Amino acid sequence: MERKIILENIEIDGIRLLEVYRENGGYKSIEKALKTMTPDEVVAEVKTSGLRGRGGAGFPTGMKWSFIDKKSGNPRYLVCNADESEPGTFKDRYLLEHIPHRLIEGMICSAYALGANKAYIYVRGEFKSIIGILNEALKECYKAGLLGKNILGSGYDLDLHVHTGAGAYICGEETALLESLEGKRGNPRLKPPFPAIKGLYGCPTVVNNVETLANIGWIVNNSGEEYAKIGIGRSTGTKLISACGNINNPGVYEIELGLPVEEFIYSDKYCGGVKGGKELKAVIPGGSSVPILPKNLILNTLAGEKRLMSYESLSEGGFITGSMLGSGGFIVYDEDACIVRNTYNFSRFYHHESCGQCSPCREGTSWLESVLHRIENGQGKMKDIDLLVSIASKIEGNTICPLGDAAAWPVAAAVRHFRSEFEFHVLHPEIVKNVKHGSLEKYLEIPVLTAE
Amino acid sequence: MNEKLFKYKLYVKNNNDVSFTPETLAKIQTIISHYPDGQHKSALIPILHIAQEELGGSLNVDIMDYVAGLLNITPIEVYEVATFYSQFYIDPVGKYVIEVCQTGPCAICGGEDIMNYLEEKLKIKVGETTGDKLFSLKAVECLGACGSAPVMQVNTEFHEFLDMQKIDEIIAKLRNESELTKPEELTWKERLS
Repeated sequence: MERKIILENIEIDGIRLLEVYRENGGYKSIEKALKTMTPDEVVAEVKTSGLRGRGGAGFPTGMKWSFIDKKSGNPRYLVCNADESEPGTFKDRYLLEHIPHRLIEGMICSAYALGANKAYIYVRGEFKSIIGILNEALKECYKAGLLGKNILGSGYDLDLHVHTGAGAYICGEETALLESLEGKRGNPRLKPPFPAIKGLYGCPTVVNNVETLANIGWIVNNSGEEYAKIGIGRSTGTKLISACGNINNPGVYEIELGLPVEEFIYSDKYCGGVKGGKELKAVIPGGSSVPILPKNLILNTLAGEKRLMSYESLSEGGFITGSMLGSGGFIVYDEDACIVRNTYNFSRFYHHESCGQCSPCREGTSWLESVLHRIENGQGKMKDIDLLVSIASKIEGNTICPLGDAAAWPVAAAVRHFRSEFEFHVLHPEIVKNVKHGSLEKYLEIPVLTAE
Repeated sequence: MNEKLFKYKLYVKNNNDVSFTPETLAKIQTIISHYPDGQHKSALIPILHIAQEELGGSLNVDIMDYVAGLLNITPIEVYEVATFYSQFYIDPVGKYVIEVCQTGPCAICGGEDIMNYLEEKLKIKVGETTGDKLFSLKAVECLGACGSAPVMQVNTEFHEFLDMQKIDEIIAKLRNESELTKPEELTWKERLS
């Protein structure tokens, strides 16, 4: 069954405008939350809903909210993380571009629940048009009395503003985002103290992803219990999946968690199969940071069960045979994709985006990039492959923020599942020097390596 | 001091007069008012966006010192931010900065070919500016539009589903538009407040 929560009514003309959005049931949750519920009741509903953070880590939102320090008496802040920069992920951009009021509605309810009177939406600098759209939407809300002093006569005040970044992937990490919001370099902070205790300007702060906050309006309207009925097990609700790569219908899809991966890839309602009728080779299911899985492991778990689109099912088997749902950036590779070149590409990305604060990440990402560059360009040695695994294992877990892990996991997974391809690059330098794309075996007259 | 030693010519101050128009200054005050009292430094990144756009397309020491004065912070606080974020340019750039996404999802859909074609067409290498100061070509990481790969942005306007023909059209259009005084798009100033 198709369930729409976040993208409900998205097909209606002009839904970007406040008037149209309200005609279609928008902002009802504000009335309900501000006038009939206490902040703690809103938090309780979100806890019951089982909603988990949609930015990648999947931490339960209600629990995150309950950590906020209410005793200190410092002002509290709500910050929306719209610094969407994970390669393969573009769901928030779609949401903000088409239905910005869904986020604002969710943010007003959430800020009320947290007792915050100031909230910010941190948008990445590249989304210049989104910043314009959001500011227009905010202006409409101020005019209609949905923001500002004494919202809808409830006595609750909220100021909501847009803040812009300027092109740094690391600012998607919550403490780096707060640093950036304070007008500094985006260097992540040591945790603890967590932002819920000491966040923006040293005050208690909650940072949530756009999609997470966009769910809150629905939960307030329909109760957390109803929300928990959608989805599967501890993966409740729906999820936006941004599908890209070698598929027929790239785009953003809202799916109910628990949809089989096979159906998502091959159904015409979603990805519509691999482009050009080619064979599926591999999938990165949750943005470039999560481990890549070959065809057999993405469609079925090692135990032979059907792999589902849910937090639990995708991570079944740990990192040895599983992956993560992550941010929902679903990248599909066809049979002609070169995994080594792709891994090199992502390593270059992480090297470029490392903030340089922790040595394992600063030096390690540079090593990963240069070793992979060597292999990709036909100058690699066999021991380089083990060197990659060794570097990755020394970055992982040894850095302040998860960017180090994000750089290490894809490399380790690529070597784990596609070692023969790396070996092929080492054994056939004359081929890899001249051919940049695709499966290279076809350039051989006699196959040297058997497929795994 | 040897200029060549510095990747960014941060230490070269020309003592040129830079200043915003009164209208821009008013906008900047609005932006500062979005942040709590005493936290005006938060407005730094938005103001640098406006400065870069209004004061010649890139930042230099004169501009950064001026912004530091506006916000009453030390110049080094501006330099460290301006050099950290990839959207701020310390070296002069052309009127149109073309940034082509090179990350995974774009790369498997032909992002690298797009870059090669642009290099060939504009007769410059990545990181360079054309002789007429019209185009700068840059390679950037993920622009967050992987579903419409390959993607590039020209002065933060996105161009998606690129192919050779589309690039020809975009470049031709920009060459014509460059005779106009102002491209028909919203500025940072308009969008930020």
